[in-house]
Amino acid sequence: MSHLGYLIAGWAFGIGVPGIYAIFVLRRGRKLSAEVPVERQRWISSGEE
Amino acid sequence: MKIKFKEVKEGRFNATSSRSTRFLGFCLALGIPTLILFAFVFSPKDDTMEDAVRLLYIHVPVAIFSYVAFGITAIGSICYLWKQSRWWDTTAHASAEIGVIFSALTLITGSIWGRPTWNTWWEWGDVRLVTTLVMFLMFVGYLALRQVPAQPQIRAKRAAIVGIIGTINIPIVNRSVEWWENSTLHQQSSLTDGNLEDLTLFTWFLGTLILGIAYLWLMIHRFRVGWLASEHEALGYGAAIEERQAEAGIQTAIASEYREEGEIE
Repeated sequence: MSHLGYLIAGWAFGIGVPGIYAIFVLRRGRKLSAEVPVERQRWISSGEE
Repeated sequence: MKIKFKEVKEGRFNATSSRSTRFLGFCLALGIPTLILFAFVFSPKDDTMEDAVRLLYIHVPVAIFSYVAFGITAIGSICYLWKQSRWWDTTAHASAEIGVIFSALTLITGSIWGRPTWNTWWEWGDVRLVTTLVMFLMFVGYLALRQVPAQPQIRAKRAAIVGIIGTINIPIVNRSVEWWENSTLHQQSSLTDGNLEDLTLFTWFLGTLILGIAYLWLMIHRFRVGWLASEHEALGYGAAIEERQAEAGIQTAIASEYREEGEIE
């Protein structure tokens, strides 16, 4: 396969960057939901489950 | 004042997840390996680009969903100015943040693709590269503006105006290869000309579908985080007002005491 280094780098960024961002968002959500009362968590469904 | 509600959340996998996000996450867990398999194994290499074409199965979908994300920011911004609803402001903010990530990825993956294909990482004379960079920087500015301390309503209004202005750039980026065809290395759209092989086209569609699901998954989580952040901020304001009122109450009591002492003397 030609250009393998470029392919690996491109796909690593393409999957890795959104993956890292997703972890950041999930962690921030967990932290904030621990500090906001459940009755004020409208639109956040886990409080209702 | 810091209120902790950790006990309420104990035993939960994640605070912003729900049945819909878990379903989307499951689709992504299946879809991403399938896309990699099609991109690297099943799809054929291109006659001119050779294997570098496999980078386009991620580059083109992230570019499309950066437009979608900024488009949603514009809709959210317009609706905020119209309805003054926090829901729309939170939507616009969430989508802009994801759009900036996707826009940065468009530039990075495009640059990595450009090196083996055009023999350059970056070309300042290419109108699409430069307009995409301008779009990226405008929305970085949008996010920076949201960090400027201000009343939530004033901040949302300022951001909405910038969000709408920034979106004007989307059709310019998209149409730039046709409007300035002599000032770009990019080719015009080849998706609809019928020259692509079936597997190439299928892999591209699969990549677009997976990126669409990823955008939706990120959007739901990021919206919920934004909503929680605004509630958290409101709690902070409430606590600050209570503290001020308490301080004012103490000061009034001290002042009246002084007054009473003065009257006695």
